[in-house]
Amino acid sequence: MSVADAALSATQLAAFKQQLAAAPIEYDELAAEYDADEDTYHIETPDHQTSLSGDELGTVADEQAAYISNWYFHTQQVTTESKQAFCRWLELADDRPVPTRYDDLGAGIDREWGELMITTTLAPDGGRRYEIRHVDDSGVDDGALTPHTDPFDARDIGTLDADGQYRPLRTAPSLDSGWIFPELTADAVYEAVEAFYPATIVNWHREQRGKLDIDHWRDEQDRQSGIYNLITVLPDEAVNWAAAACCDDSQCLKRREWQLSEDEPLAAEGGDGVFPCRAPCSTVVAAGREWAKLEREDTQTYEFELTPSEKEQIEAIIDAVADGTVNEIREADLSEGANRYRARYLREKRFDDDATLSGTPTYPDDHDGDSE
Amino acid sequence: MQSLVIVAHGSHLNPDSATPTHTHADTIRATGAFDEVRTGFWKEQPSLREVLRTTHGDDIYVVPLFISEGYFTERVIPRELRLEGWEPELWNSDGISADTATLVASDIDTEVYYCGPVGTHEAMTDVLVRRAESVTGDPEVGNGFGFAVVGHGTERNENSAKAIEYHTERLRETGRFDEVKALFMDEEPEIDDVADHFDSEDIIVVPLFIADGFHTQEDIPEDMGLTDDYRNGYDVPSEVDGHRIWYGGAVGTEELTADVVLERAADAGADIGDAIARVRKQTSPTTQAVGE
Repeated sequence: MSVADAALSATQLAAFKQQLAAAPIEYDELAAEYDADEDTYHIETPDHQTSLSGDELGTVADEQAAYISNWYFHTQQVTTESKQAFCRWLELADDRPVPTRYDDLGAGIDREWGELMITTTLAPDGGRRYEIRHVDDSGVDDGALTPHTDPFDARDIGTLDADGQYRPLRTAPSLDSGWIFPELTADAVYEAVEAFYPATIVNWHREQRGKLDIDHWRDEQDRQSGIYNLITVLPDEAVNWAAAACCDDSQCLKRREWQLSEDEPLAAEGGDGVFPCRAPCSTVVAAGREWAKLEREDTQTYEFELTPSEKEQIEAIIDAVADGTVNEIREADLSEGANRYRARYLREKRFDDDATLSGTPTYPDDHDGDSE
Repeated sequence: MQSLVIVAHGSHLNPDSATPTHTHADTIRATGAFDEVRTGFWKEQPSLREVLRTTHGDDIYVVPLFISEGYFTERVIPRELRLEGWEPELWNSDGISADTATLVASDIDTEVYYCGPVGTHEAMTDVLVRRAESVTGDPEVGNGFGFAVVGHGTERNENSAKAIEYHTERLRETGRFDEVKALFMDEEPEIDDVADHFDSEDIIVVPLFIADGFHTQEDIPEDMGLTDDYRNGYDVPSEVDGHRIWYGGAVGTEELTADVVLERAADAGADIGDAIARVRKQTSPTTQAVGE
């Protein structure tokens, strides 16, 4: 839709007049005020400066109509600050002046939020419509995707991954594809994104305003009780390994902002996600508890006999599990160390009857069993 | 503007853990009694730590979808929600009589109404009855039936057993069922011997749990002898030692639980109009097919 097509509805005009009766408007290069003595509306946009009576408002220049509908949508139709900020971000409002933006909205403005592709278009009344689909489906015909209208359906879509496995971490990069929300309102797009990636908009918005409150690892340690008290004994270097293991972009789409403490940054990469992670999540805390238990063990010196290829194979198996690539290794590709036949062969060769590697006991003779 | 926040445990392992929370939130959302209904979890997202910042209301009612008053409702939830000045005494409860405490949540610098858990509200007795009706498919069920309310036990929290006893006594007082007993998973009287505790040939068994998980879907059916292996399933009713066991699963999955959430918020002062009556009618088994 071009600027020339933009028009004001009676509702938009009424809201515009009502607002100006109370106070002048300054929004996205629109400046407007009402002179009650003269009963005149003064409207200024980059290319137009007009003074009109109330009856003449319906005939404003197209450019001004676009600015007014833009003001109406973002301030009157979209309520709450975080929704307003998000809707502006979705259409690059801070980067593109209204006429350019309205032209672009005709074709649709795409933004990525995690694995979501969100497209904003202009509605006939100057409002906005939103479409959400998986980024992997960006080139797929709408008709090939399962349509949804209820934003809360996003909750169910995000519960299981493509293999039917539960996704306890909603911001893991494992969102299933094949669905589309073809036409959502501003409120509905907010709810859908909130359901896919809970609390990400509000935390992003706090960050935008420089008000993101970060709970660092030590804050988290201090706050725990019950069984999670155990994370207080996790060594500092292990926190770095934990962050590298759990919070990498390959595992979570949030950008980790928490550190060991405000003055003790972690060496692990925080990631490049658009929305921030403000505190160790329950997954990291629960994992940290397990690692705290495991890190209480002392190291042992073991002696194994392995060929160089077998050593490399063990490394390849660990890599394949850690990177989640086990299922990508072809059944007959025996050049891959993590190939199932290769792993079975190694087990046959190197495990004894007690499934112990090279027959080497895991614990010294005086070990009295697993202790927690 | 009124907001309702339902807080629950959730799980890293079981996708069904949050299902009742979401279902009840949807039911309440559909009544329009609140401008928004949010959910927050200990183990899922949004976290308890961040759920209040997702709300926009002036009046925010927080209802824990938990069974008993104890570690989670008295310590974890208030701490994570950052309820300033919280102490359990503010509920002035004997373990089953928590009502509402009004405190400022420092995360949003707004006062919130922190309600007692659904499990100790008197309306939860009605949900147990409703589950008896839905599991038997008989809206008049009672005569000739025994009713076992099942709890985890006192292993971690003595109030847990209090909640079981409370509803058991209330069910008994209705006089609707021939016998009503409290049974436990890890203390006497134990659910393993369910048939020994009843004279009635038909016994309805309902765990006072919020969500179905391995306790309600695996342990209890196997402990009662409904099946040797939960993976093979079991019949409702199942024959055990000459009794017919009508096993209902976690009561919190009963749709009427949404009504208890509403009752908690209403007790705290929420203006919910006729939402309670509407939810009662909407979730009635006489107006819908009986669930599995």
